[in-house]
Amino acid sequence: MSTMTAQTTQVYSVFILATPEQIWEAITKPEFTEKYFHGATVAVRDGRRFTTIGDLSWDEEVLEEDPPRRLVHRWVAGYSEELAAEDPSRVTWEIEPQDDGTTLLTVVHDQLETAPKTAASVSGTGWMYVLSGLKTLLETGKPLAG
Amino acid sequence: MDDDDRVFKALADSTRRHLLDRLFERDGRTLTELEAELEMTRFGVMKHLRILEDAGLVVTRRQGREKLHYLNPVPIRLIHDRWIDKYTEHRVAALADLKLELEETA
Repeated sequence: MSTMTAQTTQVYSVFILATPEQIWEAITKPEFTEKYFHGATVAVRDGRRFTTIGDLSWDEEVLEEDPPRRLVHRWVAGYSEELAAEDPSRVTWEIEPQDDGTTLLTVVHDQLETAPKTAASVSGTGWMYVLSGLKTLLETGKPLAG
Repeated sequence: MDDDDRVFKALADSTRRHLLDRLFERDGRTLTELEAELEMTRFGVMKHLRILEDAGLVVTRRQGREKLHYLNPVPIRLIHDRWIDKYTEHRVAALADLKLELEETA
């Protein structure tokens, strides 16, 4: 199991008791992302997605931006020199309001064929940790763990 | 039935766990591919996939004319977070790794 290669298309989805607008803010504004995205401040502006973690900063191209429903951007694993040397992959955020007041958030991380180490890094607990933290933050106002 | 009930119910069946194992091995499969690995009618496999989808454990996406099935591990993670926090996680992971290692070398 541990030797298995990570999937080249990864899909994660979660229902969140929040509006699409709240989710959009939470994924595009640094004051929100630093509370659930491994402490990273992420800002989407001017067609780029800027990330800062500690001393490290990098940015990626935004491929599609349709607030508050859809955001597509390149993914560069700027938190690791080794991973960042791999080809950029792609992340799609889909935000779909449901009839019951919840919103379905789906993250598709694909184009990972030539970025196997990045694929392994974001699989397992990677995206799941981010998404469950985002859900907790929006539903309770508090980060998942101190 | 709440979300957790649906997840536990979906997991309480060996065929459905087997379907998740197949998707864990390789994601993005069609019904036809999944059906080929099970001694079961197409209708039976569809019924099980539907229960997994309702529980949020399987997400489908259309690609051209094909409907592809993906394993969505987030609901299992949410159950995990309910009882295991960031600090306990390291100890739990260490024990799980130890078990795996001992069993592989046994």
